[in-house]
Amino acid sequence: MALIRTSSPHLHKASSTADVMRLVALATLPGLAAMTFFFGWGTIINVMWACLLAVGFEACIVKIRKRPLGFYLKDYSAIVTALLLGLALPPFAPWWITLVGVFVAIVIAKHLYGGLGQNPFNPAMVAYALLLVSFPVQMTSWAEPFVLTHGDSWKVLGFTQTLGAIFGSVDPTLIDMYTGATPLDAMRHRGGLTTEEVWRAVPVLAEGIGAWHAVSAAYLMGGVFLIYRKVFTLHTPVAVLGSLALISSVFYMLDPYAFADPFFHLTAGATMLGAFFIATDPVTSATSNRGKIIFGIGIGILIYVIRGWGGYPDAIAFAVLLMNLCAPFIDQYTQPRSYGHAKAKRGMKGGA
Amino acid sequence: MSTQFSFHGGVHPPENKHRTTGLSVQTAPIPAELVVPLSQHIGAPSEIVVAIGDRVLKGQVIAEAAGRVSVNVHAPSSGTVVAIEKRAVPHISGMQAPCIIIETDGEDRWIEHQGLADYHTLPKQELIDFVRHHGISGMGGAGFPTDVKLHLGDDHIVNTLVINAMECEPYITADDMLLREHSDKVIKGIEVIAHLLQPSHVMIGIEDNKPQAIRALELAAKETKLNLDIVVVPTVYPSGGEKQLIKLLTGIEVPSGHIPADVGIVCQNVGTTAAIYDAVFDGIPLISRIVTLAGEALAHPHNMRALIGTPLEVLLEAAEINQNALYRLVIGGPMMGFTVESQSIPMIKTTNCIIAASYEEMPPAPPANPCIRCGICEQVCPAELLPQQLHWFAKGKEFDKAKQHNLFDCIECGACSYVCPSNIPLVQYYRFAKSEIRNEEAEQRKADHARVRFEARQARLEQEKADKEARRKQRAADAAKAQAVKKDKAASSADSEKAKSGEPDLKALKTAAAVSRTKLKKAQKALQNAQDKELEGQDKLKATVAELEAKAEAAQQAFDQAQNAPAPVAPVLDIKQLKTNAAVARTKLKQAEKALAKAETSGEGDIDALRVKLSEQQAKTVAAQAAYDSAESGGTPANNVTNEKLEALKADMDAALGKVEKAKKALNTAIEGNSPAVEKMKAGVEKLQAKYDALKAEYESTQSLAPTAAVVVSPEQVADLKADMDGMAAKVDKAQKALDVAIESGSPAVDKMKAGVEKLQAKYEAAKGEYEKAVLQSNSAPLAIDLEGLKADIDAMSGKVQKAQTALATAQASGSPAAEKMKAGVEKLQSKLDDLHQEYVQAGGQLSEPEPKVIDPKELKQQVSIMRTKLKKAQQAIEAVKEQGDTEDLSELNAEVERLTTLHNEAKAAFDAYEKTQIDKAAAEGIDLKQLKIDAAMARAAVTKAERAAKKAREEKVEDLSGLEQELVVAQQEAEHLNQTLSRFTD
Repeated sequence: MALIRTSSPHLHKASSTADVMRLVALATLPGLAAMTFFFGWGTIINVMWACLLAVGFEACIVKIRKRPLGFYLKDYSAIVTALLLGLALPPFAPWWITLVGVFVAIVIAKHLYGGLGQNPFNPAMVAYALLLVSFPVQMTSWAEPFVLTHGDSWKVLGFTQTLGAIFGSVDPTLIDMYTGATPLDAMRHRGGLTTEEVWRAVPVLAEGIGAWHAVSAAYLMGGVFLIYRKVFTLHTPVAVLGSLALISSVFYMLDPYAFADPFFHLTAGATMLGAFFIATDPVTSATSNRGKIIFGIGIGILIYVIRGWGGYPDAIAFAVLLMNLCAPFIDQYTQPRSYGHAKAKRGMKGGA
Repeated sequence: MSTQFSFHGGVHPPENKHRTTGLSVQTAPIPAELVVPLSQHIGAPSEIVVAIGDRVLKGQVIAEAAGRVSVNVHAPSSGTVVAIEKRAVPHISGMQAPCIIIETDGEDRWIEHQGLADYHTLPKQELIDFVRHHGISGMGGAGFPTDVKLHLGDDHIVNTLVINAMECEPYITADDMLLREHSDKVIKGIEVIAHLLQPSHVMIGIEDNKPQAIRALELAAKETKLNLDIVVVPTVYPSGGEKQLIKLLTGIEVPSGHIPADVGIVCQNVGTTAAIYDAVFDGIPLISRIVTLAGEALAHPHNMRALIGTPLEVLLEAAEINQNALYRLVIGGPMMGFTVESQSIPMIKTTNCIIAASYEEMPPAPPANPCIRCGICEQVCPAELLPQQLHWFAKGKEFDKAKQHNLFDCIECGACSYVCPSNIPLVQYYRFAKSEIRNEEAEQRKADHARVRFEARQARLEQEKADKEARRKQRAADAAKAQAVKKDKAASSADSEKAKSGEPDLKALKTAAAVSRTKLKKAQKALQNAQDKELEGQDKLKATVAELEAKAEAAQQAFDQAQNAPAPVAPVLDIKQLKTNAAVARTKLKQAEKALAKAETSGEGDIDALRVKLSEQQAKTVAAQAAYDSAESGGTPANNVTNEKLEALKADMDAALGKVEKAKKALNTAIEGNSPAVEKMKAGVEKLQAKYDALKAEYESTQSLAPTAAVVVSPEQVADLKADMDGMAAKVDKAQKALDVAIESGSPAVDKMKAGVEKLQAKYEAAKGEYEKAVLQSNSAPLAIDLEGLKADIDAMSGKVQKAQTALATAQASGSPAAEKMKAGVEKLQSKLDDLHQEYVQAGGQLSEPEPKVIDPKELKQQVSIMRTKLKKAQQAIEAVKEQGDTEDLSELNAEVERLTTLHNEAKAAFDAYEKTQIDKAAAEGIDLKQLKIDAAMARAAVTKAERAAKKAREEKVEDLSGLEQELVVAQQEAEHLNQTLSRFTD
């Protein structure tokens, strides 16, 4: 038998892109479970529907691009994109919202840029931002946690009814009973009340905030798991959460009546999902450790700024997209110092 | 002792070492045929010293080291040389290289050999040569000849000797087994190296996965007197990389592009130390080594001591290979080793491991996915690079960017490829990029070389052409001269005699003097004309006149000199020639030095030849300089000895200075680059400086011993100094001018420029001081030159003062905020001018009356009146505007009026000042100008009166006309007289 000739190294760690993606998908499960528990079947249906669409679109576009179908489908990247988009969408988002979103994410934001690894923007967030801008009504009606609709007993809208609501066969007014403002909405449209008064007056804050706390905790768990498995490093999530906590603390200390406390900012909305699952997308973030820290800090600050003074209740998508824009620039100036070099070569020097 | 340092990154591939450590090291069978490559080390291949058919004994030299970086090659066993031909050798490229093929006789008969009785008594050089002759090169991986590293103590300060026992690659256990069984040899080998390098500290780095080896080492180390530490470090790949190991043990990073010795560290592999032991104590050359045979395809994996040149198949057979299971044959470790396609290639001095891997063990890499920039590669890179960025750059052939991202600091350890989830063969990309860049650079060098050669040729051709032309002209000139001489002879024989004694020279000088006089006169006339008509450019003309004056004087002087003393001109010429020679020699020396430096840095060309050339040139230069100096100092033989000595000292000193400067430059570069070796380099620079100082002191003391040489200041030197000074003065002027311009335009850089001007001024003064000193010392230099110089200074200074005053006036007129400062400057300049005047007078010069400042009182008066008119007009305009109530215009006008007022006041002041000077002047003569004026006016009035009276009388036909007329005449006379007196003072 002829011996093969190949370049070193001759050993490879038994890991693959698919493994990484599978781990990410696995880590979202606690969050998915928590959301289903508190907001009903909508999230699970959205996620399934999105995954189905994603695989379909991915297959089509890979076929059109004349690439090996199986090879690309097996990397699970489309599934992860769909998962993250599905988790971010409102639980009762109509089916076509998801369809448009997944199409934008897979076809436009990913493959038109050259496929996996080539997209400058996080596909799920591109889709989310586009949907939020295009369909504000559908995108801002969030489900209420069951504690607000049915007291303490766990009773959410049935699976089939939810399915019907999403696919339009059930009277939309039924859903209205199950939707309401999110804590961020409430905090935003409080109409002259102080922070403390809002906390007491608005039911979603007074009674329902626990749901968001639980969901955030679930995402945190998933994130810690991924760090433990070395799927990504601590840098980005710590930078995001740290900077958000810091900036919100500063404003809260300056005027506790006008600004919400840091814990609220860390747990309400999609902060945890964003910090651990969106901002850590390696393709679209900065590369070096230092760069990741700067990237994360940028996201944290932008989240606070957009939440506080922007036009949208939550800000993860815009913050991440804006920092995606900056990532190549950050990379230019955050090259690490190499062994044997007194200092790093940064910027455009050296004919680069 | 364990380490407290660490390096970035690293991976933990499965070790797979246990399978080969169970059995002690076995002796491999002697193969029927040994294939010994000539190039088993880095550097020049050894030169064959046997012929086909020769019988060789075990340990006999069969190829000798060729060149500086090379080692001997020995016969691993006894037998017959049957062929010398190209065979496939263990190389990453799978190339073929010359090998000596020995058919063994199975007797394994040794040549006579013995170790050194006591290596301590041997001179170091001989001991190093001993190591070299025993064929020892690095056994860790690269195979660098060991003796070269043992020389490092000569030109580096080696503080730390690091012994590499890490063996961080999976599978390999050769060093582990060596340490378990022969740690005493290792320690004794280290002692030999330490004897040669004299390090203050020896560190053996070993990973914590070899507990038995560590124990054996510790036992053996008890007996040594060396300051030796066994540093146990955590197992992580690639801790055995030289740079990583050094970081791990010492915390020091080897600067990029340097060798460890540059930071006082030398690294040796444990296998090498054992080989040194064998050579030094037993006289056994490097003809065998321990090699690990590992891999799933072997039924009996273990370590073997095998002869260099044993074909792999022999070893694999000994390890009971299953040929069917063999999928990949790797030489070296699985991370950095390379695959070979044939089992018949031989093992060499660097072969530490042979892995016969099965398919399951090392399956082919799966197809690469796209990079998702996960950054895991960056986390594991021991060189702290950005592997994924490098991958993008290599893929996109953006080699500049790759270089900028320190591609060449990549050690190709394979950690990034190992962890890449997308299975991208990153190392392959880097190798590709590196080779492409190297090719590009080689092309570039070639092109540069061609260009240089072309240009040289072009220059040579042009030179030849020019030479030809010059020769032709020379011939023509010679012919013409001959013709002229003939004519002269024919014209007058009397003159011809004079002509022979240098008369034509005198004539020429006379003519020159006359011509310059004429020119001077013309210029003076032009200046006069300009002054009369108040044309612009007077300054220039003045300068021209001054120049011409100087020239005329010089010409005259030269003429006079020539006339008075027709001294032989020859010696002067000779000295000049000598000087030129010396300068040429120096230039050549410099060129040679440069060429040598270039050759040394690029490592190309024949450095030795260049060196020889350089030293020759140095000798020549010294000789030329000495000849010149002796000629200059009058050629007194008494002085010659000291001069020569001085010269030699001076040369030494200069060389030392050059070294100091070079070192300083290097240091600066290092500091700029923040290299960690800065401290050491600093110390080196200080050392050099000290050396230089010592030399200088010696030189100076010798110089003071040779007073004649020191005191004699040749006129040429004085002239040099003068030129320096003049150049400096010109610079000062230029700077001053620039400063003026800047002040006028109110540039923000004024302060800086001022500082610069002052600096230049200081330099100028220093030059001047030196010059004056030289002038004082040189008795031959006439005092007149000094005076002249002073005079020129004074002129220049007064010109400056005037200029500054004008600038000041302008500034004041435009209300510039810098006016105050400028005033101070003017005052300063004025004081300087005064100083110069004084100096000049002291020097014995006759101070000509300060050039009468041509002030036209009429003009001044006119100016005053014009100003007044303007002012009035402006005031009127203001009134008009006020009536109209236009406030904006008003303020503008107000400003204008103010400006005009100041101007008016100034003009008036100037006029008044002028008048005052006139009054003073008159007062000095005892005449009150005012009174005089009044008198004159009264006289004029009297005249008028008288005229009127006379007219009236005439009209009325008065009789007494003559009396009146007389009165008129008297009055007229008096008026005229007074007027004349007055005009003496007013014009």
